[in-house]
Amino acid sequence: MTGPLLEVDGLTVRLEVGGAKRPVLRDVALTMRAGEALGLVGESGSGKSMTARAIDRLLPRGAEVDGTIRFGGRDVGALSGADLRRYRNQVAMIFQDPRAHVNPVRRIGDYMTEALRTNLGVPAAEASRRASDMLSQVGIDGGPRRLRQYPHELSGGMLQRVMIAAALLTEPRLLLADEPTTALDVTTQAEVMAILDELRHEYGLAMLFITHDLELAAAICDRTAVMYAGQVVEVRESGQLHDDPLHPYTAGLAAARPDITRTAGRLRAIPGRPLSAFEAPADECAFAPRCGYAVDACQAGLPEITELDGGLARCVRAPELRGKLGAPANA
Amino acid sequence: MVVATPVTRLPRPLTGLRATGVAGMVSAAVIAIATFAAIFGPLLAPYNPNLPNLSLAWVGPVGGHLLGFDFQGRDVFSRLLAGAQSSMLGPLAVVILSMIAGALFAVIAAWRGGAADAVISSGLDILFAFPGILLAVLATAVFGAGLTAAAIALSIAYMPYVARVLRGVALRERTQPYIAALEVQGSSATVICARHLIPNMLPLIVAQGTIMFGWAMVDLAAISFLGLGVQPPQANWGVMISENQTGILQGYPLPALSAGLCIVAVVIAFNVLGERLFAQAEGAGR
Repeated sequence: MTGPLLEVDGLTVRLEVGGAKRPVLRDVALTMRAGEALGLVGESGSGKSMTARAIDRLLPRGAEVDGTIRFGGRDVGALSGADLRRYRNQVAMIFQDPRAHVNPVRRIGDYMTEALRTNLGVPAAEASRRASDMLSQVGIDGGPRRLRQYPHELSGGMLQRVMIAAALLTEPRLLLADEPTTALDVTTQAEVMAILDELRHEYGLAMLFITHDLELAAAICDRTAVMYAGQVVEVRESGQLHDDPLHPYTAGLAAARPDITRTAGRLRAIPGRPLSAFEAPADECAFAPRCGYAVDACQAGLPEITELDGGLARCVRAPELRGKLGAPANA
Repeated sequence: MVVATPVTRLPRPLTGLRATGVAGMVSAAVIAIATFAAIFGPLLAPYNPNLPNLSLAWVGPVGGHLLGFDFQGRDVFSRLLAGAQSSMLGPLAVVILSMIAGALFAVIAAWRGGAADAVISSGLDILFAFPGILLAVLATAVFGAGLTAAAIALSIAYMPYVARVLRGVALRERTQPYIAALEVQGSSATVICARHLIPNMLPLIVAQGTIMFGWAMVDLAAISFLGLGVQPPQANWGVMISENQTGILQGYPLPALSAGLCIVAVVIAFNVLGERLFAQAEGAGR
């Protein structure tokens, strides 16, 4: 077995805001094997999307990047020109808002086949045939007719499926799914997730699945990484994440979601408000002020991310809290 | 949810034209007539526009001569028709040249940003310092009098105006999510700009070009008036004003005035239509 498909190490990103450089990602480390699905979970502003954008080299102008991103052993940060385009052909991205990410004045067919025709040199007729096949795989019938339609003629869920189909057409090895279902209603959401999951297995595709829904990530991903204030605070096998979390923040996230089988009294929100990465102190645990388990040691220094029971946790008390953080019943 | 619309979409010609209102439609009609004259003018001219007959100099409208005769006794109406060609063609060349160059610089500046943007933007600022007419006078002095030199010089002088407007539009369009989506698809910058960015800017380019046509017409007429543009005896509206200016003082204003009116009508028509198109293109972007 060769090395991991994607290796992110010590990734720190600073953006210029009003003349000052503010960190949005701090020392992010992730590894993904080929064909593996990794969930990336966190509240708004925790750096999930920024991580995906950094992987795809899509950061805003003026961003300062430290650390390394390796894809199949190659340093992504050093790529440019044609190499960068080839890399991007192997890493597809699905966005949250399909309507904003498709040029509205071009036909669906133009959009779907553009990468095939211009980047991979596939003849137009062949590209259209593949696009229409792929549409039927994502559950859209009448391919050739759909290819002639414009984006505004399709519903949001339909357009998201078109986007997934377009992303898969270039046969990428890694799919970055940035909250692909957040803009959709719940039933469409389930449908799109099912299609995504099925096609991912069929094509042996690795997927970085970004969401703020811990349960959803756990349901379809092999492992899940939890982010807080621009840092990865926990990485865990998805099966264990909910019942046996390593970090108090994960436990808090899990408890904050109401359980459908029980009538909740009061929702267990995490006290306080989520910190942005640039507000987080550089030398203490960012979650400490909101943490029910915080002790003096939490403010003594930035906790290292350490291995524990097959997972990773960035918490000084993780070993001692082991097993006590399981999702408490909503009494 | 933010629904991103690209700056614009090109309206279907007829519905679009109706939306510009009565003034817009009248303007379009004036432009259509002028264009028709520019293409078929020399064929339509009832008399030879370049045949002088000094015995008829400054004679007013008689018989088949609708607008009378000019200072050399040539039929004014025939000269107006024949002159439409060079009077319309010059501005057209200026608009096309300055639009292509301006759009190119604008897109490069907006796309590359950083140093490229700084160099291009300061270069444009320097060009802004030269009045178009001055540049054109300079060019004709160096390359000899004629429409070509003047048109090229004006194109260079107008280019910064185009580039500045389009750079702003391109910058705004560049941040649209669909452009990012194309980037992560692995499309090259050239493909994205040529297939998506510029086509989505096209309505504004057309609107800006329409307005600039009017400016170019006045400036080229001025250059021809100064004797540096179209050379006599070739007919041109600017040349006609110049040739017949003495007539205004001598009580024969019609030859110079009719050419001036043609220029004014076409320029106003282009301005009105341009403003309407601009408002439409901008409105669709919001």
